[in-house]
Amino acid sequence: MSTRVVEPTPRVVESPQTPREAGGDRCLVLWFPGWPVTAWALSEGADVHQPLAVVVANRVVACSPEASAEGVVTGQRRREAQSRCPILRVLPADEARDNREFAAVLDCVEQLVPGVQVVRPGVCALRSRGFASYVGSEAEAAEVLLESVVTTLDIATGRAGVADGLFAALQAAYAGDPVRVVPSGESAAFLAPLPVSRLGDETLTTLLPRLGVHTLGGFAALGPTAVRDRFGQHGLRLHTLASGADPRVVQPRVPPPELVRQIAFEPPLSRIDQVAFTARSTVEQFIAGLSAAGLACTELRIEFTGDLDEFVARTWGTPGMFDAPAVVDRIRWQLQAAAGDQLGSAVTGMRLEPVAVDALANHVPGLFGTGTDERVHHVLSRVQGMLGHDGVLTPRIGGGRWLAERQELVPWGDRPSPASPSAPWPGSLPDPLPTTVFAEPRPVQLLTAGGRGVAVDDRGMLHDVPTQLRDGEERRTVIGWAGPWPIDERSWDPVRHRRASRFQVVDGTGTAWLLVLQGSHWWAEGRYD
Amino acid sequence: MTDADLSKGELLERLRAQVTSREARLRPSPYPAPAELVGLLDGGLKPGAAYSLDTSGALLSALLAGPSADGHWCGVVGVPEFGAEAAGHAGVVLDRLVLVPDPADQWLAVTAALVEAVPVVAVRPYGRVREADAARLASRLRDRGSVLLVDGAWPRAEARVTLGEACWSGVGPGHGYLNSREVTVTVSSRRLPAARSVRLVLPSPDGRLAPIDRPVVAEPAAVLRAVG
Repeated sequence: MSTRVVEPTPRVVESPQTPREAGGDRCLVLWFPGWPVTAWALSEGADVHQPLAVVVANRVVACSPEASAEGVVTGQRRREAQSRCPILRVLPADEARDNREFAAVLDCVEQLVPGVQVVRPGVCALRSRGFASYVGSEAEAAEVLLESVVTTLDIATGRAGVADGLFAALQAAYAGDPVRVVPSGESAAFLAPLPVSRLGDETLTTLLPRLGVHTLGGFAALGPTAVRDRFGQHGLRLHTLASGADPRVVQPRVPPPELVRQIAFEPPLSRIDQVAFTARSTVEQFIAGLSAAGLACTELRIEFTGDLDEFVARTWGTPGMFDAPAVVDRIRWQLQAAAGDQLGSAVTGMRLEPVAVDALANHVPGLFGTGTDERVHHVLSRVQGMLGHDGVLTPRIGGGRWLAERQELVPWGDRPSPASPSAPWPGSLPDPLPTTVFAEPRPVQLLTAGGRGVAVDDRGMLHDVPTQLRDGEERRTVIGWAGPWPIDERSWDPVRHRRASRFQVVDGTGTAWLLVLQGSHWWAEGRYD
Repeated sequence: MTDADLSKGELLERLRAQVTSREARLRPSPYPAPAELVGLLDGGLKPGAAYSLDTSGALLSALLAGPSADGHWCGVVGVPEFGAEAAGHAGVVLDRLVLVPDPADQWLAVTAALVEAVPVVAVRPYGRVREADAARLASRLRDRGSVLLVDGAWPRAEARVTLGEACWSGVGPGHGYLNSREVTVTVSSRRLPAARSVRLVLPSPDGRLAPIDRPVVAEPAAVLRAVG
């Protein structure tokens, strides 16, 4: 035990592999206070200059300056915050949104300085040395970065701190107005008057004041051996932070590859085949970019902008992966569908965005040829190329009472809509079902012996005996019939309310029909053939 | 023992066995057909053949059900009013069913493309079928070993399957509901031109094809009284 205590400095105990950088590394931290609020405003496109607060587990975790001015502080209970500021708008927390919106800030910073580390959404760190000597001074470097964020993204809340080590730089950013530079070697002196709660450790924050230690300086004055004996390795690490010798170095992130591709058509193109032809090389770059990242696109979003500021966007799916010809096909189909009503002018730009990607390894053809389903997919894609996206369909049985409504036809490659609840659907047909279902209602006439149309009274009763079925020019004798079976659906919705009666009718040729009487109109819903 | 030691008869026997096994290997096995129709269809749906059918969704679904349940893909071209739910109840696996409802005048090209990968394709020709087109498609069918089920007439079809004497049970004058249909299925093939018939239940109350296993009751005639 005694042999392990004689270590020269606690820093070496912590990270023996990085003794050189520690201490000597100047670190610049950018901090955007109340980031969750800013992220919400960015994603919603809303105004951030209003009282806003993000609440997690009934406690305020972030608030806008306007809310702070009304007395809202972080850590407050929601009800208390609302009583201080009745017009406070309470927002749900969304970590994904915070990270997503922070990517824009990172991109903006990376335009000027490479090697940014995300500490958490709203806080990023970078090595200041190179950029500071380029700009002139550390303070100027920080100002340049903050200004670039203001001009690019219009986020004016940023603050910066420069110090030795990440912890001291973060504390400097908290103290910054808007920039605080702690000169080299003075980190310990800067940290000394700060309260121990800045360490962010629940146990130490409550325990140290009770031991008479209120500031980081007081904590740093304790001997490292004593700290380790009392608080263990974790306490020793925090002690190192408090003494201004943060062993951590900035870990620059690897910028994600840019997969989105866009192309501007100059002059604007007015013919679909022109667009498809011009876009081909962009599409190939798009697919090549994905392949280089080891990715296969399984869901694709294509956006077009028109000359008259029209915007047409659609997300396409595929059972396999998109290759370049498939993307060009989708471009053509989307333009064909949009031409006229949604897009009335020439196309000025196009944007391709992979919505969902998968590892390319999952889509590489097998060594011994591909499976049957892969071949089916190729053939069906080819037929889609001939007939258009809606030409090839796969059926799926959904909910509903009407036969045509129950069979959902999904274009090949599209994701079917989420399964409808398997409700019992009272009024649906028993087996056997009609093998022919008319997609469009087929008008027929059911006549009595006297040549009058058969009608159902208000109580759903039938008084006449049907004897003849007239299907277009054809006249068929009715030899058996059953019904009426009333269907009265969506009575709560005046637009979609539908009231009808179903009949089964067998004609003289042995063909059975499923007929529907709605109002005074007869039509065939299906045929049993 | 060398071949020289064998007697002539033994050698002949051995050669014959080899030839039969090789032939068997060359001749692909037919796709399964409903058990009640196997006898009439010569063992099943022959790969590379075209069958001409009467316009009947129930018959088409019954013929698709066998290969579909076997794990094969099925395609239906040019039948916009195909009842998918009824087909599903008849035993067609909807996950492996592809519909091309409206190919219009491209129906032949679409069918030719589909038979490349889809083993059983049903098609309703759009307009008259030319002999030359049918011959070209037939050679592709033989090449790929796919089966074509044609709704309507087809030049040089392997067999023609017709339905007749349909009789629904379950519905009376104003009461009941459709329960099942008895029907006579008649097959006349190229090999056996004499028509052979079988009386079947198509569809049965559960939507499938079934044999008539009970003595036919003379009831339907009384129930389905002509009233006009």
